[in-house]
Amino acid sequence: MLHPLVVRITHWLNAMAIIIMIGSGWRIYNWDPLFDFSFPVWMTFGGWPEVSQRWHNEEGLAGALQWHFAAMWLLFVSLVIYIVYGLVSGHFRGAFLPIRPRELLRDTQAALAGRLTHNVGERNAVQKAMYVGVVIVMVLALLSGLSIWKPVQLQELTGLFGGYETARYVHFFCMAAIVLFLAIHLLLTALVPSVLPPMITGRLRARP
Amino acid sequence: MRFLSKLDRRTVMRGGFSFGALSLLTGCDLTDNEPVQRVLWNMSFWNDRVQSWLFSANRLAPTYPESAVDRVFRYNAFYPEEQAPRLDPASYRLELSGSVGNKRPWTIERLYQLPQASQITRHVCVEGWSRIGKWSGCPLRIFLERVEADLTAKYVGFICADGYYTSIDMPTALHPQTIMAFTFADQVLPRKFGYPMKIRIPTKLGFKNPKFVVALSVTNNYPGGFWEDYGYNWFSGS
Repeated sequence: MLHPLVVRITHWLNAMAIIIMIGSGWRIYNWDPLFDFSFPVWMTFGGWPEVSQRWHNEEGLAGALQWHFAAMWLLFVSLVIYIVYGLVSGHFRGAFLPIRPRELLRDTQAALAGRLTHNVGERNAVQKAMYVGVVIVMVLALLSGLSIWKPVQLQELTGLFGGYETARYVHFFCMAAIVLFLAIHLLLTALVPSVLPPMITGRLRARP
Repeated sequence: MRFLSKLDRRTVMRGGFSFGALSLLTGCDLTDNEPVQRVLWNMSFWNDRVQSWLFSANRLAPTYPESAVDRVFRYNAFYPEEQAPRLDPASYRLELSGSVGNKRPWTIERLYQLPQASQITRHVCVEGWSRIGKWSGCPLRIFLERVEADLTAKYVGFICADGYYTSIDMPTALHPQTIMAFTFADQVLPRKFGYPMKIRIPTKLGFKNPKFVVALSVTNNYPGGFWEDYGYNWFSGS
């Protein structure tokens, strides 16, 4: 078994939750942009703006917030199960460790030169670092999100992120890092499509 | 009457779904269809409960020094600033209803004679932005005790002169930093910020801080709110 059942289930739940969080988060961002740009409405999530006008009397903030604060539970539960399982079962240790700086440097150079080979079932140092990194960033995204949601009740947490306004930037950059990861993750999957079936069936080769 | 239909809708959502009522509001894509909407509303009610557990009666919102106050405070409402109501201080009355022992309406003079407290806190808007401001006025708890309100009731509802309305949970109403604000930045509350009275609640998002308050009720019947009835989370605690 290449990917244990728990990993496969939480992988797809995380994927679904993350996509909803990003799409609805972009729409929430648009209501008070931190930077000089907004996300095109069609890229955002939370119902059609025209329908929202009828249901919520505005162009979709209420819907986006409803999605964001519903999907956060899915992400929270799925991520916690994944992390606890990964730590307790030894899955993390087996799959992601060790990450040796020398290998990481070598594989990064190879990847940037387009020479990194990939054997299904084996992870190179770049992959290991990216998977560990994105799990950490997802946790940070959750925590910075909590600190924006509850800057009074969880004010110590908000303080750790530099206060309410700074925490909004932290939350934004966590999102940006996750989007970057997703782009690379999807690109690599497109380049080596044989890695996709095992994340569904768990086996190296899909059953005929 | 838009308000009535909104209230009906929220009541329907709270009390179990009626497809008859909802067929009037049918959307057309995945996220707008009825079962999805029902799940989203139920998640929002669940978040109400989680937030009331997270809420601590003694946990104070962070306060800031005078130097942190934003000099230019942001105006925000569902209508432009020049349409803000202009209330006449001579004829203004705060009406009371529901589980309140003494329902005699309050004039501005009497309200101003109540014990006053001051705070410099962060106003956080549901849209994301925040501003630090200074408000002072009477702690709502003192007022509720003064009018012999039933402090075991579930909700305190507010009705405003601009057609706005909202409601909060009793624990938040009794929180030491929940005040009936009469001044902003050491000046009489300006018209655009809700003259003569705004309820300032630093433990809640901005839209739960009603301006131009003209009526207050203490009740066990869910009063809803202007934005809440459109799907914004009711508890909306900070």
